[in-house]
Amino acid sequence: MIEVEGLTKVYGNKTAIDNLTFTVQQGEVVGFLGPNGAGKTTTMRVLSCYMPPTSGTARVGGYDIRTQALEVRRRIGYMPEHVPLYTDLTVTQYLGFVAEAKGLSRLTRRQRVGEAIERCLLQDAQGRIIGKLSKGYRQRVGLAQALLGDPPILILDEPTIGLDPKQIIEIRSLIRDMQGERTVILSTHILPEVSMVCQRVIIINEGHIVAVDTPESLTRRLQRSTQVLLEIDGPPEQVTGRLREVAGVLQVVMKDGAGALRRYLVDTDKDRDLRQELARVVCSSGWGLLELRPVDLSLEDIFIRLVTEEEAVGHQPSAAS
Amino acid sequence: MGAIAVFKKEMRSYFASPIAYAVFTLFLVVSGYFFYTILIYLSLISVQAAMNPGFARGLNVTDGIVRPFFIDLGVVLLFLMPLLTMRVFAEERKQGTLELLLTYPLRDGEVLLGKFMAATTLYALLLSTTALYVLLLTLWSELELYPILTGYLGLLLLGMAFLSLGLFFSSLTENQIVAGAFAFGASLLLWIIGWGGTLAEGDWSALFRHLSIVEHLASFARGVLEMKDIVYYLGMTSFFLFATLKSLEIRRWKG
Repeated sequence: MIEVEGLTKVYGNKTAIDNLTFTVQQGEVVGFLGPNGAGKTTTMRVLSCYMPPTSGTARVGGYDIRTQALEVRRRIGYMPEHVPLYTDLTVTQYLGFVAEAKGLSRLTRRQRVGEAIERCLLQDAQGRIIGKLSKGYRQRVGLAQALLGDPPILILDEPTIGLDPKQIIEIRSLIRDMQGERTVILSTHILPEVSMVCQRVIIINEGHIVAVDTPESLTRRLQRSTQVLLEIDGPPEQVTGRLREVAGVLQVVMKDGAGALRRYLVDTDKDRDLRQELARVVCSSGWGLLELRPVDLSLEDIFIRLVTEEEAVGHQPSAAS
Repeated sequence: MGAIAVFKKEMRSYFASPIAYAVFTLFLVVSGYFFYTILIYLSLISVQAAMNPGFARGLNVTDGIVRPFFIDLGVVLLFLMPLLTMRVFAEERKQGTLELLLTYPLRDGEVLLGKFMAATTLYALLLSTTALYVLLLTLWSELELYPILTGYLGLLLLGMAFLSLGLFFSSLTENQIVAGAFAFGASLLLWIIGWGGTLAEGDWSALFRHLSIVEHLASFARGVLEMKDIVYYLGMTSFFLFATLKSLEIRRWKG
Protein backbone atom coordinates (compact mmCIF):
# COMPACT_ATOMS: atom_id res chain seq x y z
CA MET A 1 0.00 0.00 0.00
CA ILE A 2 2.90 2.30 0.76
CA GLU A 3 6.15 1.87 -1.14
CA VAL A 4 9.02 4.14 -0.32
CA GLU A 5 12.33 4.11 -2.10
CA GLY A 6 15.36 6.27 -1.48
CA LEU A 7 13.25 9.03 0.07
CA THR A 8 15.36 12.02 1.00
CA LYS A 9 14.43 15.47 2.30
CA VAL A 10 16.97 18.20 2.82
CA TYR A 11 16.18 21.52 4.50
CA GLY A 12 18.94 23.95 3.66
CA ASN A 13 22.01 22.12 4.88
CA LYS A 14 20.19 19.78 7.21
CA THR A 15 19.24 16.36 5.93
CA ALA A 16 16.05 15.42 7.74
CA ILE A 17 15.62 12.00 6.11
CA ASP A 18 18.21 10.21 4.05
CA ASN A 19 17.55 7.47 1.55
CA LEU A 20 14.62 5.81 3.31
CA THR A 21 13.35 2.60 1.80
CA PHE A 22 10.50 0.56 3.23
CA THR A 23 7.12 -0.95 2.40
CA VAL A 24 3.83 -1.13 4.24
CA GLN A 25 1.39 -3.84 3.22
CA GLN A 26 -2.33 -3.40 3.00
CA GLY A 27 -4.09 -3.73 6.34
CA GLU A 28 -0.89 -3.41 8.35
CA VAL A 29 -0.43 -1.14 11.30
CA VAL A 30 3.17 0.00 11.21
CA GLY A 31 4.90 2.12 13.81
CA PHE A 32 7.60 4.63 13.04
CA LEU A 33 9.70 4.74 16.16
CA GLY A 34 12.49 7.15 16.86
CA PRO A 35 13.73 9.89 19.16
CA ASN A 36 12.73 13.50 18.61
CA GLY A 37 14.31 14.94 15.51
CA ALA A 38 14.79 11.53 13.93
CA GLY A 39 12.80 12.39 10.83
CA LYS A 40 9.42 10.87 11.69
CA THR A 41 7.36 14.01 11.12
CA THR A 42 9.23 14.79 7.92
CA THR A 43 8.43 11.33 6.58
CA MET A 44 4.75 11.73 7.49
CA ARG A 45 4.66 15.11 5.77
CA VAL A 46 6.19 13.76 2.60
CA LEU A 47 3.89 10.75 2.50
CA SER A 48 0.82 12.92 3.03
CA CYS A 49 1.88 15.14 0.12
CA TYR A 50 2.26 18.21 2.28
CA MET A 51 5.79 18.67 0.98
CA PRO A 52 7.68 17.15 -1.92
CA PRO A 53 10.85 15.14 -1.24
CA THR A 54 14.25 16.34 -2.35
CA SER A 55 14.86 13.01 -4.03
CA GLY A 56 13.55 9.47 -4.05
CA THR A 57 10.09 8.17 -4.72
CA ALA A 58 7.08 7.04 -2.77
CA ARG A 59 3.84 5.49 -3.85
CA VAL A 60 0.87 5.68 -1.54
CA GLY A 61 -2.22 3.69 -2.43
CA GLY A 62 -0.63 3.02 -5.77
CA TYR A 63 -0.16 6.68 -6.70
CA ASP A 64 3.04 8.65 -6.88
CA ILE A 65 3.26 11.41 -4.27
CA ARG A 66 5.02 13.75 -6.62
CA THR A 67 3.09 13.45 -9.85
CA GLN A 68 -0.29 12.26 -8.58
CA ALA A 69 -0.53 14.12 -5.30
CA LEU A 70 -4.25 14.85 -5.62
CA GLU A 71 -5.03 11.16 -6.04
CA VAL A 72 -2.90 10.28 -3.05
CA ARG A 73 -4.65 12.83 -0.88
CA ARG A 74 -8.03 11.42 -1.82
CA ARG A 75 -7.02 8.13 -0.27
CA ILE A 76 -5.39 9.21 2.95
CA GLY A 77 -6.44 10.48 6.31
CA TYR A 78 -3.73 12.59 7.91
CA MET A 79 -3.41 13.76 11.48
CA PRO A 80 -0.41 16.02 12.09
CA GLU A 81 1.37 16.29 15.42
CA HIS A 82 -0.38 18.62 17.87
CA VAL A 83 -3.68 18.07 16.03
CA PRO A 84 -4.24 21.52 14.52
CA LEU A 85 -7.94 22.35 14.37
CA TYR A 86 -10.02 25.42 13.65
CA THR A 87 -10.79 26.47 17.18
CA ASP A 88 -13.63 28.83 16.35
CA LEU A 89 -15.87 26.25 14.71
CA THR A 90 -18.07 23.65 16.38
CA VAL A 91 -17.23 19.98 15.97
CA THR A 92 -20.07 19.43 13.52
CA GLN A 93 -19.23 22.55 11.51
CA TYR A 94 -15.61 21.54 11.32
CA LEU A 95 -16.27 17.97 10.28
CA GLY A 96 -18.77 19.28 7.75
CA PHE A 97 -16.07 21.42 6.25
CA VAL A 98 -13.60 18.55 6.10
CA ALA A 99 -16.22 16.33 4.49
CA GLU A 100 -16.80 18.94 1.83
CA ALA A 101 -13.09 19.57 1.34
CA LYS A 102 -12.51 15.85 0.89
CA GLY A 103 -15.03 15.88 -1.89
CA LEU A 104 -17.76 13.84 -0.24
CA SER A 105 -21.01 14.28 -2.07
CA ARG A 106 -23.63 16.52 -0.52
CA LEU A 107 -26.01 13.63 0.05
CA THR A 108 -23.62 11.49 2.03
CA ARG A 109 -21.90 14.27 3.91
CA ARG A 110 -24.21 14.38 6.90
CA GLN A 111 -24.27 10.65 7.25
CA ARG A 112 -20.50 10.36 7.04
CA VAL A 113 -19.97 13.05 9.61
CA GLY A 114 -22.41 11.25 11.89
CA GLU A 115 -20.50 8.01 11.43
CA ALA A 116 -17.19 9.64 12.23
CA ILE A 117 -18.65 11.22 15.35
CA GLU A 118 -19.97 7.87 16.50
CA ARG A 119 -16.76 6.05 15.70
CA CYS A 120 -14.68 8.46 17.73
CA LEU A 121 -17.18 8.77 20.58
CA LEU A 122 -17.81 12.47 20.03
CA GLN A 123 -21.58 12.48 20.53
CA ASP A 124 -21.38 14.60 23.67
CA ALA A 125 -19.16 17.19 22.05
CA GLN A 126 -20.95 17.62 18.73
CA GLY A 127 -22.27 21.11 19.13
CA ARG A 128 -19.43 22.46 21.17
CA ILE A 129 -16.79 24.86 19.95
CA ILE A 130 -13.50 23.12 19.38
CA GLY A 131 -11.56 25.78 21.23
CA LYS A 132 -13.43 24.88 24.37
CA LEU A 133 -12.84 21.12 24.22
CA SER A 134 -10.38 19.19 26.35
CA LYS A 135 -7.25 17.75 24.79
CA GLY A 136 -8.71 14.27 24.74
CA TYR A 137 -11.77 15.37 22.80
CA ARG A 138 -9.67 17.41 20.40
CA GLN A 139 -7.54 14.41 19.65
CA ARG A 140 -10.66 12.48 18.84
CA VAL A 141 -11.86 15.24 16.55
CA GLY A 142 -8.50 15.05 14.83
CA LEU A 143 -8.91 11.33 14.38
CA ALA A 144 -12.50 11.80 13.19
CA GLN A 145 -11.43 14.22 10.47
CA ALA A 146 -8.77 11.78 9.35
CA LEU A 147 -11.34 8.98 9.20
CA LEU A 148 -13.90 10.99 7.24
CA GLY A 149 -14.52 9.51 3.85
CA ASP A 150 -13.16 6.13 4.97
CA PRO A 151 -9.70 6.52 3.50
CA PRO A 152 -7.83 3.23 3.05
CA ILE A 153 -4.63 4.70 4.46
CA LEU A 154 -4.13 6.59 7.71
CA ILE A 155 -1.05 8.64 8.49
CA LEU A 156 -0.90 9.61 12.15
CA ASP A 157 1.88 11.72 13.62
CA GLU A 158 2.18 11.07 17.35
CA PRO A 159 -1.51 10.32 17.87
CA THR A 160 -1.35 9.90 21.64
CA ILE A 161 0.85 12.79 22.62
CA GLY A 162 -0.35 14.89 25.51
CA LEU A 163 -3.20 12.62 26.50
CA ASP A 164 -3.87 11.18 29.94
CA PRO A 165 -3.50 7.42 30.44
CA LYS A 166 -7.21 6.67 30.02
CA GLN A 167 -7.42 8.62 26.79
CA ILE A 168 -4.25 6.99 25.52
CA ILE A 169 -5.75 3.57 26.02
CA GLU A 170 -8.88 4.63 24.12
CA ILE A 171 -7.01 5.98 21.15
CA ARG A 172 -4.70 2.97 21.03
CA SER A 173 -7.56 0.51 21.00
CA LEU A 174 -9.25 2.56 18.29
CA ILE A 175 -6.12 2.28 16.17
CA ARG A 176 -5.52 -1.36 16.97
CA ASP A 177 -9.04 -2.21 15.84
CA MET A 178 -8.22 -0.92 12.40
CA GLN A 179 -5.80 -3.73 11.75
CA GLY A 180 -6.79 -5.54 8.61
CA GLU A 181 -9.39 -3.07 7.47
CA ARG A 182 -7.12 -0.08 7.03
CA THR A 183 -3.45 0.53 6.45
CA VAL A 184 -2.04 2.67 9.24
CA ILE A 185 1.35 4.24 9.60
CA LEU A 186 1.88 6.05 12.86
CA SER A 187 4.87 7.71 14.39
CA THR A 188 5.73 7.80 18.04
CA HIS A 189 8.55 8.05 20.50
CA ILE A 190 6.63 6.13 23.14
CA LEU A 191 8.09 2.67 23.14
CA PRO A 192 5.40 0.55 24.77
CA GLU A 193 2.88 2.01 22.33
CA VAL A 194 4.56 0.29 19.45
CA SER A 195 4.39 -3.20 20.84
CA MET A 196 0.80 -2.63 21.93
CA VAL A 197 -0.54 -1.26 18.72
CA CYS A 198 1.68 -2.13 15.79
CA GLN A 199 2.36 -5.28 13.88
CA ARG A 200 5.69 -4.00 12.61
CA VAL A 201 8.16 -1.43 13.77
CA ILE A 202 10.43 0.80 11.72
CA ILE A 203 13.07 2.32 13.93
CA ILE A 204 14.49 5.58 12.62
CA ASN A 205 17.31 7.65 14.00
CA GLU A 206 18.91 10.81 12.60
CA GLY A 207 17.19 10.39 9.27
CA HIS A 208 18.18 6.77 8.72
CA ILE A 209 16.28 3.54 9.15
CA VAL A 210 17.99 1.51 11.83
CA ALA A 211 15.76 -1.55 11.92
CA VAL A 212 12.55 -2.92 10.42
CA ASP A 213 10.84 -5.88 12.10
CA THR A 214 8.04 -7.10 14.32
CA PRO A 215 8.44 -6.18 17.97
CA GLU A 216 8.88 -9.86 18.90
CA SER A 217 11.49 -10.55 16.23
CA LEU A 218 13.50 -7.54 17.21
CA THR A 219 13.50 -8.68 20.77
CA ARG A 220 14.69 -12.10 19.74
CA ARG A 221 17.37 -10.80 17.42
CA LEU A 222 18.85 -8.67 20.11
CA GLN A 223 18.83 -10.94 23.06
CA ARG A 224 22.23 -12.10 23.99
CA SER A 225 20.92 -14.14 26.83
CA THR A 226 17.67 -15.47 28.14
CA GLN A 227 16.75 -14.15 31.54
CA VAL A 228 14.72 -16.03 34.11
CA LEU A 229 13.10 -14.45 37.12
CA LEU A 230 12.71 -16.54 40.26
CA GLU A 231 11.09 -15.81 43.57
CA ILE A 232 12.60 -18.05 46.18
CA ASP A 233 12.10 -18.50 49.87
CA GLY A 234 15.45 -19.41 51.29
CA PRO A 235 18.75 -18.10 52.69
CA PRO A 236 19.94 -15.54 50.11
CA GLU A 237 23.68 -16.30 50.03
CA GLN A 238 23.13 -20.03 49.77
CA VAL A 239 20.47 -19.61 47.10
CA THR A 240 22.70 -17.34 45.06
CA GLY A 241 25.62 -19.71 45.33
CA ARG A 242 23.57 -22.79 44.48
CA LEU A 243 22.01 -21.13 41.44
CA ARG A 244 25.39 -20.06 40.17
CA GLU A 245 26.54 -23.63 40.16
CA VAL A 246 23.96 -24.66 37.61
CA ALA A 247 25.57 -25.28 34.26
CA GLY A 248 24.76 -22.61 31.72
CA VAL A 249 24.08 -19.89 34.24
CA LEU A 250 26.00 -16.73 33.41
CA GLN A 251 25.03 -14.49 36.25
CA VAL A 252 22.75 -14.33 39.26
CA VAL A 253 21.53 -10.99 40.52
CA MET A 254 19.47 -10.64 43.65
CA LYS A 255 16.73 -8.15 43.02
CA ASP A 256 14.39 -7.19 45.80
CA GLY A 257 12.71 -8.69 48.77
CA ALA A 258 13.24 -8.92 52.51
CA GLY A 259 14.50 -11.61 54.78
CA ALA A 260 14.32 -15.02 53.20
CA LEU A 261 11.90 -14.19 50.44
CA ARG A 262 13.83 -12.75 47.52
CA ARG A 263 13.66 -12.37 43.79
CA TYR A 264 16.59 -13.40 41.63
CA LEU A 265 17.31 -12.50 38.04
CA VAL A 266 19.28 -15.26 36.38
CA ASP A 267 21.08 -14.70 33.09
CA THR A 268 21.42 -17.93 31.21
CA ASP A 269 23.00 -18.97 27.98
CA LYS A 270 20.83 -17.96 25.04
CA ASP A 271 20.54 -21.37 23.48
CA ARG A 272 19.50 -23.28 26.57
CA ASP A 273 16.26 -23.32 28.45
CA LEU A 274 17.33 -23.88 32.04
CA ARG A 275 13.99 -23.33 33.70
CA GLN A 276 13.40 -26.98 34.63
CA GLU A 277 16.94 -27.34 35.89
CA LEU A 278 16.66 -24.24 38.04
CA ALA A 279 13.32 -25.33 39.46
CA ARG A 280 14.72 -28.77 40.32
CA VAL A 281 17.72 -27.22 42.05
CA VAL A 282 15.58 -24.93 44.17
CA CYS A 283 13.11 -27.60 45.24
CA SER A 284 15.67 -30.31 45.92
CA SER A 285 17.46 -27.87 48.24
CA GLY A 286 14.26 -27.59 50.24
CA TRP A 287 13.56 -23.97 49.44
CA GLY A 288 10.16 -22.56 48.41
CA LEU A 289 9.77 -21.67 44.75
CA LEU A 290 7.03 -19.08 44.40
CA GLU A 291 7.58 -17.79 40.89
CA LEU A 292 9.57 -18.72 37.84
CA ARG A 293 9.22 -17.00 34.52
CA PRO A 294 11.30 -15.94 31.49
CA VAL A 295 11.95 -12.25 31.03
CA ASP A 296 12.03 -10.70 27.56
CA LEU A 297 14.35 -7.89 26.65
CA SER A 298 12.04 -4.92 26.67
CA LEU A 299 11.67 -2.76 23.63
CA GLU A 300 13.20 0.05 25.63
CA ASP A 301 16.43 -1.87 25.91
CA ILE A 302 16.38 -2.68 22.20
CA PHE A 303 15.76 0.93 21.37
CA ILE A 304 18.56 2.27 23.53
CA ARG A 305 20.94 -0.30 22.11
CA LEU A 306 20.06 0.39 18.51
CA VAL A 307 20.02 4.12 18.77
CA THR A 308 23.20 4.46 20.75
CA GLU A 309 24.91 2.12 18.32
CA GLU A 310 25.80 -0.53 20.79
CA GLU A 311 24.27 -3.08 18.52
CA ALA A 312 24.36 -3.56 14.79
CA VAL A 313 21.16 -5.40 14.06
CA GLY A 314 21.90 -6.11 10.42
CA HIS A 315 19.08 -4.20 8.80
CA GLN A 316 16.97 -6.46 6.59
CA PRO A 317 14.48 -4.27 4.74
CA SER A 318 11.05 -5.85 4.36
CA ALA A 319 12.41 -9.36 4.53
CA ALA A 320 10.85 -9.83 7.92
CA SER A 321 7.10 -9.30 8.11
CA MET B 1 -16.18 22.29 -5.39
CA GLY B 2 -13.35 22.58 -2.93
CA ALA B 3 -13.17 26.35 -3.11
CA ILE B 4 -16.77 26.59 -1.88
CA ALA B 5 -15.92 24.51 1.19
CA VAL B 6 -13.04 26.84 2.01
CA PHE B 7 -15.23 29.86 1.30
CA LYS B 8 -17.89 28.75 3.78
CA LYS B 9 -15.35 27.96 6.44
CA GLU B 10 -13.61 31.32 6.01
CA MET B 11 -16.88 33.22 6.31
CA ARG B 12 -17.65 31.35 9.54
CA SER B 13 -14.19 32.07 10.88
CA TYR B 14 -14.44 35.77 10.07
CA PHE B 15 -17.59 36.11 12.11
CA ALA B 16 -16.40 33.88 14.92
CA SER B 17 -13.46 36.13 15.67
CA PRO B 18 -13.72 39.76 16.75
CA ILE B 19 -11.85 41.03 13.71
CA ALA B 20 -14.82 41.22 11.33
CA TYR B 21 -16.93 43.02 13.89
CA ALA B 22 -14.15 45.43 14.71
CA VAL B 23 -13.59 46.24 11.04
CA PHE B 24 -17.30 46.71 10.40
CA THR B 25 -17.65 49.01 13.37
CA LEU B 26 -14.63 51.07 12.45
CA PHE B 27 -15.77 51.33 8.88
CA LEU B 28 -19.27 52.40 9.81
CA VAL B 29 -17.99 55.02 12.20
CA VAL B 30 -15.39 56.47 9.86
CA SER B 31 -17.46 56.31 6.68
CA GLY B 32 -20.41 57.77 8.53
CA TYR B 33 -18.29 60.62 9.74
CA PHE B 34 -16.86 61.28 6.29
CA PHE B 35 -20.32 61.31 4.80
CA TYR B 36 -21.53 63.67 7.46
CA THR B 37 -18.72 66.17 7.00
CA ILE B 38 -19.06 66.14 3.22
CA LEU B 39 -22.78 66.65 3.51
CA ILE B 40 -22.44 69.53 5.94
CA TYR B 41 -19.83 71.17 3.76
CA LEU B 42 -22.04 70.99 0.73
CA SER B 43 -25.03 72.35 2.54
CA LEU B 44 -22.97 75.27 3.80
CA ILE B 45 -21.84 76.02 0.27
CA SER B 46 -25.39 75.64 -0.98
CA VAL B 47 -26.51 78.31 1.40
CA GLN B 48 -23.88 80.62 0.00
CA ALA B 49 -24.79 79.62 -3.53
CA ALA B 50 -28.38 80.49 -2.92
CA MET B 51 -27.26 84.07 -2.60
CA ASN B 52 -25.02 83.81 -5.61
CA PRO B 53 -26.74 82.08 -8.54
CA GLY B 54 -23.63 81.87 -10.72
CA PHE B 55 -21.92 79.87 -8.12
CA ALA B 56 -24.76 77.40 -7.89
CA ARG B 57 -24.44 76.13 -11.44
CA GLY B 58 -21.43 73.93 -10.66
CA LEU B 59 -23.02 72.34 -7.66
CA ASN B 60 -24.84 69.10 -7.61
CA VAL B 61 -25.18 66.29 -5.15
CA THR B 62 -23.43 63.68 -7.23
CA ASP B 63 -20.29 65.72 -7.73
CA GLY B 64 -20.42 67.39 -4.39
CA ILE B 65 -21.14 64.48 -2.12
CA VAL B 66 -20.97 61.11 -3.74
CA ARG B 67 -17.70 61.55 -5.61
CA PRO B 68 -15.59 62.85 -2.72
CA PHE B 69 -17.26 60.28 -0.52
CA PHE B 70 -16.06 57.48 -2.75
CA ILE B 71 -12.52 58.79 -2.74
CA ASP B 72 -12.57 59.05 1.02
CA LEU B 73 -13.82 55.49 1.21
CA GLY B 74 -10.80 54.49 -0.81
CA VAL B 75 -8.59 56.01 1.86
CA VAL B 76 -10.47 54.19 4.59
CA LEU B 77 -9.97 50.92 2.76
CA LEU B 78 -6.26 51.52 2.71
CA PHE B 79 -6.28 51.12 6.47
CA LEU B 80 -8.95 48.50 6.87
CA MET B 81 -8.19 45.94 4.17
CA PRO B 82 -4.93 44.77 5.78
CA LEU B 83 -6.93 44.08 8.94
CA LEU B 84 -9.16 41.69 7.04
CA THR B 85 -6.42 39.88 5.18
CA MET B 86 -3.57 39.67 7.64
CA ARG B 87 -4.91 36.61 9.41
CA VAL B 88 -5.95 34.62 6.35
CA PHE B 89 -2.75 32.65 5.81
CA ALA B 90 -0.58 33.80 8.67
CA GLU B 91 -2.92 32.53 11.35
CA GLU B 92 -3.36 29.15 9.69
CA ARG B 93 0.36 28.78 9.40
CA LYS B 94 0.92 29.70 13.01
CA GLN B 95 -1.75 27.34 14.30
CA GLY B 96 -0.57 24.55 12.05
CA THR B 97 -3.93 24.17 10.34
CA LEU B 98 -2.42 25.11 6.99
CA GLU B 99 -0.50 21.85 6.99
CA LEU B 100 -3.71 19.90 7.32
CA LEU B 101 -5.57 22.06 4.82
CA LEU B 102 -2.92 21.50 2.19
CA THR B 103 -3.15 17.72 2.53
CA TYR B 104 -6.82 17.57 1.62
CA PRO B 105 -7.65 16.71 -2.00
CA LEU B 106 -7.78 20.41 -2.87
CA ARG B 107 -5.56 22.26 -5.26
CA ASP B 108 -3.69 25.20 -3.79
CA GLY B 109 -5.58 27.37 -6.25
CA GLU B 110 -8.92 26.19 -4.86
CA VAL B 111 -7.82 27.07 -1.34
CA LEU B 112 -6.70 30.50 -2.46
CA LEU B 113 -9.85 31.12 -4.45
CA GLY B 114 -12.05 30.18 -1.51
CA LYS B 115 -10.20 32.54 0.78
CA PHE B 116 -10.18 35.35 -1.74
CA MET B 117 -13.91 34.97 -2.40
CA ALA B 118 -14.61 35.10 1.32
CA ALA B 119 -12.52 38.24 1.76
CA THR B 120 -14.19 39.87 -1.24
CA THR B 121 -17.67 38.92 -0.02
CA LEU B 122 -16.95 40.40 3.38
CA TYR B 123 -15.70 43.52 1.68
CA ALA B 124 -18.78 43.74 -0.52
CA LEU B 125 -20.95 43.49 2.58
CA LEU B 126 -18.94 46.28 4.13
CA LEU B 127 -19.33 48.43 1.07
CA SER B 128 -23.03 47.80 0.83
CA THR B 129 -23.60 49.55 4.15
CA THR B 130 -22.76 52.83 2.42
CA ALA B 131 -25.66 52.31 0.07
CA LEU B 132 -27.81 53.51 2.94
CA TYR B 133 -26.21 56.94 2.76
CA VAL B 134 -26.66 57.18 -0.97
CA LEU B 135 -30.27 56.07 -0.71
CA LEU B 136 -30.90 58.72 1.91
CA LEU B 137 -29.62 61.35 -0.47
CA THR B 138 -32.12 60.32 -3.13
CA LEU B 139 -34.93 61.26 -0.77
CA TRP B 140 -34.00 64.92 -0.93
CA SER B 141 -32.24 65.46 -4.19
CA GLU B 142 -31.65 64.07 -7.63
CA LEU B 143 -28.68 61.85 -8.21
CA GLU B 144 -27.15 60.60 -11.41
CA LEU B 145 -27.29 56.85 -11.25
CA TYR B 146 -24.48 56.08 -13.67
CA PRO B 147 -21.53 57.65 -11.80
CA ILE B 148 -22.74 56.02 -8.61
CA LEU B 149 -22.71 52.61 -10.22
CA THR B 150 -19.31 53.09 -11.77
CA GLY B 151 -18.06 54.52 -8.49
CA TYR B 152 -19.09 51.38 -6.64
CA LEU B 153 -17.54 49.25 -9.34
CA GLY B 154 -14.31 51.17 -8.95
CA LEU B 155 -14.38 50.71 -5.20
CA LEU B 156 -15.04 47.01 -5.61
CA LEU B 157 -12.12 46.59 -7.97
CA LEU B 158 -9.90 48.71 -5.75
CA GLY B 159 -10.86 46.58 -2.78
CA MET B 160 -10.08 43.37 -4.63
CA ALA B 161 -6.65 44.71 -5.50
CA PHE B 162 -5.95 45.63 -1.87
CA LEU B 163 -7.27 42.26 -0.73
CA SER B 164 -5.08 40.29 -3.09
CA LEU B 165 -2.12 42.35 -1.95
CA GLY B 166 -2.97 41.62 1.67
CA LEU B 167 -3.38 37.90 1.02
CA PHE B 168 0.02 37.82 -0.59
CA PHE B 169 1.74 39.30 2.44
CA SER B 170 -0.25 37.06 4.73
CA SER B 171 1.10 34.05 2.89
CA LEU B 172 4.68 35.11 3.45
CA THR B 173 4.77 35.01 7.21
CA GLU B 174 3.42 33.41 10.37
CA ASN B 175 3.11 36.74 12.07
CA GLN B 176 -0.19 38.52 11.47
CA ILE B 177 1.13 41.89 12.54
CA VAL B 178 4.02 41.76 10.12
CA ALA B 179 1.67 40.70 7.33
CA GLY B 180 -0.70 43.54 8.12
CA ALA B 181 2.07 46.08 8.37
CA PHE B 182 3.58 45.13 5.03
CA ALA B 183 0.20 45.04 3.35
CA PHE B 184 -0.54 48.49 4.65
CA GLY B 185 2.88 49.76 3.63
CA ALA B 186 2.61 48.38 0.12
CA SER B 187 -0.90 49.76 -0.31
CA LEU B 188 0.25 53.14 0.91
CA LEU B 189 3.14 53.08 -1.51
CA LEU B 190 0.81 52.38 -4.39
CA TRP B 191 -1.36 55.24 -3.22
CA ILE B 192 1.26 57.92 -2.95
CA ILE B 193 3.21 56.89 -5.99
CA GLY B 194 0.72 59.06 -7.81
CA TRP B 195 2.11 62.13 -6.13
CA GLY B 196 5.29 61.56 -8.13
CA GLY B 197 3.08 62.41 -11.05
CA THR B 198 2.60 65.94 -9.86
CA LEU B 199 6.30 66.43 -9.29
CA ALA B 200 7.58 64.91 -12.52
CA GLU B 201 7.00 66.03 -16.04
CA GLY B 202 5.60 64.71 -19.27
CA ASP B 203 5.81 60.94 -19.75
CA TRP B 204 7.15 60.27 -16.29
CA SER B 205 4.26 62.17 -14.84
CA ALA B 206 1.84 60.06 -16.80
CA LEU B 207 3.55 56.85 -15.69
CA PHE B 208 3.39 57.70 -12.04
CA ARG B 209 -0.20 58.71 -12.29
CA HIS B 210 -1.03 55.50 -14.08
CA LEU B 211 0.56 53.42 -11.33
CA SER B 212 -1.31 55.20 -8.61
CA ILE B 213 -4.10 53.14 -7.25
CA VAL B 214 -6.27 56.16 -6.46
CA GLU B 215 -6.14 57.84 -9.85
CA HIS B 216 -8.11 55.00 -11.34
CA LEU B 217 -10.67 55.23 -8.60
CA ALA B 218 -11.11 58.90 -9.38
CA SER B 219 -12.00 57.99 -12.97
CA PHE B 220 -14.62 55.53 -11.82
CA ALA B 221 -16.04 58.03 -9.39
CA ARG B 222 -16.45 60.54 -12.19
CA GLY B 223 -18.57 58.11 -14.13
CA VAL B 224 -15.82 57.29 -16.54
CA LEU B 225 -15.66 53.62 -17.46
CA GLU B 226 -12.43 53.01 -19.24
CA MET B 227 -10.73 49.79 -20.16
CA LYS B 228 -7.38 50.90 -18.83
CA ASP B 229 -8.73 51.41 -15.35
CA ILE B 230 -10.41 48.02 -15.27
CA VAL B 231 -7.28 46.38 -16.63
CA TYR B 232 -5.18 48.08 -13.98
CA TYR B 233 -7.21 46.75 -11.09
CA LEU B 234 -7.83 43.29 -12.49
CA GLY B 235 -4.23 43.04 -13.55
CA MET B 236 -3.00 43.95 -10.10
CA THR B 237 -5.40 41.52 -8.46
CA SER B 238 -4.37 38.68 -10.76
CA PHE B 239 -0.72 39.43 -10.26
CA PHE B 240 -0.89 39.27 -6.49
CA LEU B 241 -3.11 36.20 -6.47
CA PHE B 242 -0.60 34.48 -8.71
CA ALA B 243 2.23 35.60 -6.45
CA THR B 244 0.37 34.18 -3.46
CA LEU B 245 -0.01 30.87 -5.24
CA LYS B 246 3.70 30.74 -5.92
CA SER B 247 4.51 31.68 -2.35
CA LEU B 248 2.39 28.77 -1.11
CA GLU B 249 4.21 26.42 -3.43
CA ILE B 250 7.62 27.62 -2.28
CA ARG B 251 6.70 27.34 1.37
CA ARG B 252 5.70 23.72 0.80
CA TRP B 253 9.19 22.96 -0.45
CA LYS B 254 10.93 24.73 2.36
CA GLY B 255 8.69 23.29 5.02
